Amino acid sequence: MPVSTIPLAITAYTATTALGHGIDAQLDALRQARSGLRPNDFGNAALPCWIGRVDGVEDSPLAAEHAAWDCRNNRLAWLGLRQDGFLARVRAARERYGADRVALLLGTSTASIGATEEAYRRLDAAGEFARDPRHPEIHAPHSLAAFVAAALSLEGPCMTISTACSSSAKVFASAERMLRLGLVDAAVVGGVDTLCDSVLFGFNALELVSAAPCRPFDATRNGISIGEAAGFALLERTDVAPDAPRLLGYGEASDAYHMSTPHPQGLGAELALREALARAGLAAEQVDYINLHGTASVKNDEVEAALVERTFPAGTRASSSKGFTGHTLGAAGIVEAAIALLAIEHGLIPGNLGGRTPDPVCGPQFAWRNERRRVDVALSNSFGFGGNNACLVFARGGFPA
Amino acid sequence: MSALRVCVEGVGLWSPRLGSFAALQALLRGTAPPPPSARPAAATLPPNERRRAPESVLLAVEVAGQAVAMSGRDAATLACVFASSHGDQATTDYMCRTLAQAPAELSPTRFHNSVHNAPAGYWTIATGCHAPSTAVAAQHASFGAGLLEAVTLALSERRPVLLVCSDTQGAGPLRKVTGCAQAFGCALLLSPTPGEATLARLALTLAPLRAATPLPEPLATWSDANASAAALPLLALLAAGHGGCALRAAATLELRIEMEDIA
Repeated sequence: MPVSTIPLAITAYTATTALGHGIDAQLDALRQARSGLRPNDFGNAALPCWIGRVDGVEDSPLAAEHAAWDCRNNRLAWLGLRQDGFLARVRAARERYGADRVALLLGTSTASIGATEEAYRRLDAAGEFARDPRHPEIHAPHSLAAFVAAALSLEGPCMTISTACSSSAKVFASAERMLRLGLVDAAVVGGVDTLCDSVLFGFNALELVSAAPCRPFDATRNGISIGEAAGFALLERTDVAPDAPRLLGYGEASDAYHMSTPHPQGLGAELALREALARAGLAAEQVDYINLHGTASVKNDEVEAALVERTFPAGTRASSSKGFTGHTLGAAGIVEAAIALLAIEHGLIPGNLGGRTPDPVCGPQFAWRNERRRVDVALSNSFGFGGNNACLVFARGGFPA
Repeated sequence: MSALRVCVEGVGLWSPRLGSFAALQALLRGTAPPPPSARPAAATLPPNERRRAPESVLLAVEVAGQAVAMSGRDAATLACVFASSHGDQATTDYMCRTLAQAPAELSPTRFHNSVHNAPAGYWTIATGCHAPSTAVAAQHASFGAGLLEAVTLALSERRPVLLVCSDTQGAGPLRKVTGCAQAFGCALLLSPTPGEATLARLALTLAPLRAATPLPEPLATWSDANASAAALPLLALLAAGHGGCALRAAATLELRIEMEDIA
């Protein structure tokens, strides 16, 4: 079983999704049960579905000194970084600890593959990429983290984690280990994924995209709505911010079952959940809210609902927020970490938007509508292709009192 | 920061010229070994998966299998870190080409093979491994960043960790951009404590980036021809059995590595 994990203070966090730019926009939409999904108006070829598109990405150019990193994914990253005073918080951490003592760990599923898709649409007469003043590195998975490292002037360990839809949950685990070993004093974690043809047509080819807005845990659900998002958090030791909300634990496990279908009994998901609770030193009964992976794919929701039903008491509340944001893929972990933190901070259990006819497999834990109650402990589940599972445990500052 | 100390229990290696760590050792002793077969055997995969798997998976599974076999450990229990600068370049080339021409014809299998953690997925499925697995990238520092992640995991969790770093040959117009002229993959089985299978003990420290460790030919040429071949200074060190090297671990950082006596 895991070695002792140190709690970390989340001293700043931000999210930008189809619900709007920054944390207040997320909170406002959650409170009003307002979805950010819209009919697909993205891309070069029409695909009839609904998407969670962030407004204003195209109108958000990078600073002139970073123009060589320009692409839609990095624009969304930059848009996201400028919300909620996040840049100033990172600057303060950099000055406090030193640029080489702050890690940068970002999750993404496809990084700036959209720029590569675009280059293939504009090949020159010789069949090569047309001349382009931008960094060739925008055509690699590390494009996002390399740009953000430059934008934040960070000089510590810098790594992209790309495990599909668990990517930006796993960054919290890597950050905790680096802090525990004393390699760094703080970590900027997060993730960004943007809409692109690869994921729209890829998930469509797998018959996983719904033509209608996604309906997580609904008996009639028939697929996901793809979204895009940017989210970031600053992690430090709890002694510098005893009242800040905390990362108490995490779990990571592999299904060892199938590349694109979850284990039928949710084995990897359950291992990740049990490890997360064990690291946090918590019993399932102490969990107030679970932000579920809840993609609205037939299989994921069936497996995950059964896991919730057999693990948690009726008093634990659970919901998916994919009906608000769409499935933001590699950014889902950080976006849903932010929603779990909002639940703790504001005593808001977001209702499971889009689920009108509950699947009978869902237990009494499901919050189908918004609920107000105190939340001390909130979990977030993130599961990805390749059977890659992660679960995060967040708690109110000072918990347990 | 005090040094991070880990033991190496297994080494895997595959390139078009060298099919194993033993072949590298022979090369550095002055004996040119015969090249391996054209495709990595990836014997850990069941035959049907081997037929379906993209080249990036065959390469990663081949070197992972070599390292685990050398250590004598059970793959099913090993946490694993799969690093790659570019992922499966033939798949990326296929995806982007198809999306530019006929997006609705995209193959579902090639799409799920396009995720950066495809090698981790195939490996954990083939070995029945439920331990944590991850997939990382850091451009030309992918091996160093992956090594840092693997060492951090091994030491903080006090468990053995399999590290794989591999990049396929570039394909299509992407090849000029990635600069990967040939495939290269390597793997290390890292343990926090010495044991019967220990081959070497390493002390690693993070430091500001300096000039790269020079490599003898033909290693220097190979190093330029694949992002994952940035691992060669450490592999050469392990083959020599003594000395030190430095590897890029981020745009601004390197890992300085000294080999220590096992005793």
